[in-house]
Amino acid sequence: MTLIKINKKALDLGIEKAKSAYQVFGPVKQKNDHDYKRLDKNELPDFNFQNTRLSPKSIIYPQSQIMFRYSLDETSDDCRIMKEVENVSAPMAIVGVRPCDALSFPIVRRNFDSPEYQDTYWVKAYEATTFVGLACNSACSTCFCTSAGTGPFGEEGLDVLLVADGDDFYVKPLTEKGTAFVGAAGWSGTADASAGEKIEALKQAAETSVTSAVKTDKLREKTTLELYDAPFWQEEAFSCINCGTCTYVCPTCWCFDVQDETFGKSGIRMRNWDSCMFPLFTSHASGHNPRDAKYQRVRQRFMHKLKYYVDKYDNGIQCVGCGRCIRLCPVNIDIRRICNKMNSFDAESCKCETAAS
Amino acid sequence: MQNPYLPYPVRIDEIITETEDKSLKTFKFVFLNPDDEKKFAYASGQFAELSIPGLGEIPIGIASSPMEKGFIKFTVFKTGKVTSYLHSMKEGDIMGVRGPLGHPFPWDMLEGKNIVIIGGGFAFTTLRSSIFSMLDPANRSKFGDLHVIYGARAPGMLLYKEELQAWAARDDIHMNITVDGTDDPDWKYLKGFVPTITEEKAPPGSDDTYAIVCGPPIMIKFTQPVLDKLGYSHDNIIMSLENRMKCGIGICGRCNIGEKFVCKDGPVFTLSQLNQMPKEY
Repeated sequence: MTLIKINKKALDLGIEKAKSAYQVFGPVKQKNDHDYKRLDKNELPDFNFQNTRLSPKSIIYPQSQIMFRYSLDETSDDCRIMKEVENVSAPMAIVGVRPCDALSFPIVRRNFDSPEYQDTYWVKAYEATTFVGLACNSACSTCFCTSAGTGPFGEEGLDVLLVADGDDFYVKPLTEKGTAFVGAAGWSGTADASAGEKIEALKQAAETSVTSAVKTDKLREKTTLELYDAPFWQEEAFSCINCGTCTYVCPTCWCFDVQDETFGKSGIRMRNWDSCMFPLFTSHASGHNPRDAKYQRVRQRFMHKLKYYVDKYDNGIQCVGCGRCIRLCPVNIDIRRICNKMNSFDAESCKCETAAS
Repeated sequence: MQNPYLPYPVRIDEIITETEDKSLKTFKFVFLNPDDEKKFAYASGQFAELSIPGLGEIPIGIASSPMEKGFIKFTVFKTGKVTSYLHSMKEGDIMGVRGPLGHPFPWDMLEGKNIVIIGGGFAFTTLRSSIFSMLDPANRSKFGDLHVIYGARAPGMLLYKEELQAWAARDDIHMNITVDGTDDPDWKYLKGFVPTITEEKAPPGSDDTYAIVCGPPIMIKFTQPVLDKLGYSHDNIIMSLENRMKCGIGICGRCNIGEKFVCKDGPVFTLSQLNQMPKEY
């Protein structure tokens, strides 16, 4: 598809124009950080950010979501019968998605949209959404996308990629959805012949700026029990306070809880993000809890992302290298260190390389 | 797209108190929409989410057999928020059922084999469904010898007493009903723990003999060495697990054991499979 070059003014005008066809979401500075929000009329995204505090996962998968409504009114014919709630299918567009966050959607999709079951809430929202990415020209110290299945110019999961070059932007439509969005935004103007080279140079520079990495090549060949029984889990979990920040900020953490809330004679069945860090997540009604100890819950989080997911889908790790859990963990637990430990763990000698990431 | 979280509306048709301590009741449900019964096509060993608006959902094994038509049955132990409320509900009340969920016992593989059912306490529900299915005239010839070892703490704690008596009177199934202890002079069955009775009564292991084991962890812990001693291969020992669940369809993330979800990939696993999995259940 043709590469387009536009200036900042055309970018802004296009985003404003696209709002007539899409609900547009974008990063906006709120207090100290950038976060995604629905852009109001004449409100523009602020691209002056490295990455947002939270990923855009909540746009597709809200932290709390109503699934059903019910009535407990005995005089009603529908008493105690769950009624589906109309959920979104109006076109949405998320503008300014970083490539790491973009990759999280195809990863999470494997969970919500399997051959056996389709999570209608997630799938409808996902299908209604166009992902307009913004390439990263420089990385944070905690970024490791280049060893986590993508990169600062990664395209997987995106419908359009924007590349900032000074005050100009290259617009690269990647899918039919993307072309439709570019049409709605009215972006046009073929980039000159040297644009390809220019983008490649920016990409090279950006990739060089990613200074940390994980090794994942040996995760698959190890048995689950070898890694599960590895001696380092207690030590790695020692400082964890099970606060759940890592799962909350993670673009690929998808676990949820389902709760009913009744108000008088009517109520809702809703789902809420949940976390494997919380003991209640797995606590049986009998009181028995298979992941009762803190280290078991920490192990679950890393084993899920770096072993169970890897084995189940044969499609890389369940991590995009965004680094949010590293930046926001109050006790400095670092997934890069743990990933490298797991990858280098030798069950026979019971040792792993502990080189800094 | 079918919403996999939407329960079928059902009416409680009958409630049977199963045990003397009233902690276990069997609920017989009838679908409000007859078409839903067709959609709820199941096999013995599967479970469903019982859904009570305002309270939540609970995963419970299906105690009725697919050979029984017009209703589905679940036997529920009163223990948490939803089950306690369910125990207070009345015949005629409306609620929901979502399923069937999970894999049944591997019936295709079990055809032509000798089956030994070993159950303890209230984990006898899907086993009841299995026995009922196998004893159906349309199915009995598909299986070799049938043995059942079923134990409870006391005679008053056994589930499905009338059916147990009827099965014990048959000559095409070896029933071994046992209790941990009783001073009832009229007790005409066995006394002793399930592992002990298994050692005495179960047939020796062979390629053509499969054991299906469901019970409390302590029973399973002591039964397994007995089956080893009797020569059962771990491929021939089939178990059904429980874990806390919400979605029941492998999406919400909490019931996993390693990469397997108890809800979607289980709840039925062979002991060989479990040996390769973390002990997170």
